[in-house]
Amino acid sequence: MDFTFSAEQLEFRDALNALLREEVTGERIRARWESNTGWDEGLEAQLLSMGVFSLMFPESLGGLGLGMVDSVLLAEACGRVVLPEPVVETMMIASPLLVDILDRGLGNGSVQAIVDDLMAGKSRIAVSHPINPHLNFAARADWIMAGSGDGVYLLPVDAIQLTARKSVDPSRRLTEIRFDPLPEYCLAQGEVGAALLRAVLNRGGLATAAQLLGLAENLIQQSVQYAGDRTQFGRPVGANQAVKHLLADVAVQLEYARPVIARAAYTVGFSPERADFAVSHAKLAATRVAALAARYAIQVHGAMGYTWECDVQIAAKRVWALISEWGEEGFHKNRIHEWLLQPNALIGPEYTFGRRSLMIPSSDVGQCASTARTTK
Amino acid sequence: MDLTYTPEQEMFRAEVRDWLALHSPTKPLASFDTEAGFAAHREWEKTLSAGNWGMVTWPEAYGGRGCDLIQWLIFEEEYYRAGAPGRVNQNGIFLLGPTLMEYGSDEQKARFLPAMASGEEIWAQGWSEPNAGSDMAAIRCQARREGGEYVINGQKIWSTRAVYADWLFGLFRTDPDSERHQGLSKILVPLTAQGVTVRPIRQLNGLSGFAEIFFDDVRVPAFNLLGEEGAGWQIAMATAGFERGLMLRSPARFQQASRRLVELYRQHGEDRLDPSVEDDVVRCYMDAEAYALSTYQTASRLVKGGGIGPEASCNKIFWSELDLRIHETALRILGPRAELQPDSALLADELGSWLDGFLFAQSGSIYAGTNEIQRNIIAERVLGMPRR
Repeated sequence: MDFTFSAEQLEFRDALNALLREEVTGERIRARWESNTGWDEGLEAQLLSMGVFSLMFPESLGGLGLGMVDSVLLAEACGRVVLPEPVVETMMIASPLLVDILDRGLGNGSVQAIVDDLMAGKSRIAVSHPINPHLNFAARADWIMAGSGDGVYLLPVDAIQLTARKSVDPSRRLTEIRFDPLPEYCLAQGEVGAALLRAVLNRGGLATAAQLLGLAENLIQQSVQYAGDRTQFGRPVGANQAVKHLLADVAVQLEYARPVIARAAYTVGFSPERADFAVSHAKLAATRVAALAARYAIQVHGAMGYTWECDVQIAAKRVWALISEWGEEGFHKNRIHEWLLQPNALIGPEYTFGRRSLMIPSSDVGQCASTARTTK
Repeated sequence: MDLTYTPEQEMFRAEVRDWLALHSPTKPLASFDTEAGFAAHREWEKTLSAGNWGMVTWPEAYGGRGCDLIQWLIFEEEYYRAGAPGRVNQNGIFLLGPTLMEYGSDEQKARFLPAMASGEEIWAQGWSEPNAGSDMAAIRCQARREGGEYVINGQKIWSTRAVYADWLFGLFRTDPDSERHQGLSKILVPLTAQGVTVRPIRQLNGLSGFAEIFFDDVRVPAFNLLGEEGAGWQIAMATAGFERGLMLRSPARFQQASRRLVELYRQHGEDRLDPSVEDDVVRCYMDAEAYALSTYQTASRLVKGGGIGPEASCNKIFWSELDLRIHETALRILGPRAELQPDSALLADELGSWLDGFLFAQSGSIYAGTNEIQRNIIAERVLGMPRR
C-alpha cells in the first residue's frame, strides 16, 4: 500500500507546469479567442518537443510508456492554466484508445501510421463519444475516432459533416459531427466496440476530473491574491472571516477531491472492473469543488468578478463547460447509485480498495490491454 | 503508487479480525458516560491490552506492536467493522500518548504509557476554561512552582470523560506575569488529588460526558510537568494536530456508519421517502470513502518520512460535517419514528443508535476547535490570507 506519487511523476508534472505557466497566460488565451483557429501552434511545437504526444504510447511503439497515474497529474497542470488546446484529450483519451486498437489487432494496419504521425506531430486526432454531443477542435484534427452505438469508427475529418457551435467558453471550438457509419470506417463493434467505448468514457471522465481539480486551484489562487490586494474599510477584504470561510470551504473540498481523482487514475489503470465507480466518484467530486470554486471566486472578486476584463472568467467558463462533458452529474450519480445500492455491493471500511485480494483476475484486466501497462 | 495490501498487511488484517471475532462484546456496552458503562469500557480496554491490541502503533515496550500507520488504518477498519466498543481512553491513547512520546522524559513514558495502554489509568483533557474557549490563549488557571511541586488554582471546563477518569492533562499558566501564548505549561494531574473538585455537566443527550473541574491548592510533583516549563502552547498545538488529524477520528468510523446508512436505506426501500434521501445516502458513502482515501494518502506520506501540516484542519471540518449529514440522513429515513428513544429491545432493534449518534454529532463541529476556527486556520495558514 503506497498512496503517493513517485518523485519522477511529480518532477514531470513540475516541468510541464513550468512551461505552461510561462506560455499560457490570460493574455495569450484571450489572443486565441480573437483568432480564427483558437490554437497556438508555437506552444504545440514546444509540447511536442517535450514528448507530450508520445507519453502514453508504449516504448515498443516509440512512446514513453506512461500510464494514467502519471498523466492525471499532467491533466491537472493543463487545467491549472486553462489550456485551450486539447492536449489532455490527445494524451488521456485518443492515445490509449489507439493503443487498445493496436493491442487488439484492429484496423488492418491503418492505425500504426496514424500513431507514428501523431507522435511526430504530423497529424492530430480527436475522439468523439456518444455521451458528448459536441467535439472540441474537430476541425483542427486530421482524423476522428467516433463512437456510434457499440461501434468505433475511424474517419478522415473530411468524411465528416461538421456544424460549428459556440461554447460559453470562447477557448472551446465545438462542432456537432455527423457521419455515415459505413463498414469501411469501422474498427470494432459489438462487445469489443462497447468495451472500447466504455474505457474511453472512463478515461474521458478521469481526464475531465483532473482538469477540474486544476481549474479549482487556479480559481482559489486568483481569489486569494485578489482578496489580499483589494482594500476596503482600511484593510484587505480577505481579512474578513466571511470571505476567508468561502475560500476555506473550497480548500476543504479540494483536499478531499484530490485523493479521489488519484484513486480513479489508479483504478482505471489497474482495476478496470471498479473503474466505473471510481471515475464517477472522481468526476462528481471534481465537479463539486470546481463549481464551488467558480461561484466563490466571482463572489470574492466582487463587481470585478462580473467583468469581461477579469481573468476569473477564463477559468470559471471552462469549469462550466467541463461540468457536463464526459457525463454530467446525473449520469455519474446514476452509475454510483447502481453500484452502491445493488444488494451484494462490497461496501464498508474494509473495501476501500476493492475486494481484499492481492490479485485481480486476469480476465478483468484483459478488457483493455493498454491499461495493464500503466506505470506505477 | 500501489493500492493493494501486501501479504503481511492482509495477514495482519486477518489476525485483527479473528481476535475481535473471538473477544469483542456481542452486545453493545452501556455508554461510557455512565458509571457502569465506564467500568465496562475500562474492562474492555484491559481485554484489548491483554491481547496487545491497546495501541498497535506504540512500541512494544509500552504495550504496543510497533505497527506503521497503514496497519493502524487496517486495525481501525476491522475494529469498526466488528462494532467493537468506543475507546473510553481516547484522550489518553490518541492525544496524550503521542504527545508523551514526543515530549516526555523516559521516566514519564515508563510511568504513564503502559498504564494508559492497559486502561488502568483513563485520561481527561483540561484545556478550556469559562473564559478561554476558542480563545484558548486566554487561559488563567494557575500552576505556581513551589519547591518540587506545582500548586494549581483555578477552573477548567468541558473536560471530556473527567467525571469518571483518573487523570487529567491540562494547560496551566505557570508564569503569573505572562500573557497569551507565553508562560503556559502542560501538567499531568491526578483527579484524585486533594483539592480537586469534579462537577459533572449534563450534555445534550442527558449524560454527563464532560465536567468542570475546580482546583483549590492542588499539589502535584514537578515530575508531572510535560516538556519544558513555558512550552505548553507549542505542545498543546502538537496534541491538537493529533486530535484534528489522523488519530482521533479514523475514517473507518464514518465508513462503517455510512455502510449502516446504506443498509438502513435498503430496509426502507418500500417507504415513500423524500427523493433527495437516496442522493444524500450515496453522497455520505462517497464522502466517507474520500476521507479514507485522503487518510491513506497522508499515512503513506508519513510512512515515507513526510510530515503533516495545517491541512489537518481540513480533516476536522470534513469529518464533523460528514458525521452530521450521515445522522441527519438516517433520521430522515426513519421519518416520524426518528424522534423515539430506543428504550426497549424491540425499538432499539428497529431504530438503532441513530438518534444518539445524531445528538453526539452536534458536538463534532465544536470540540477540538470549532469549525469556524478551523476555517480561519485554513484561510490563513494553508491559503495565506491576511490575518487582519
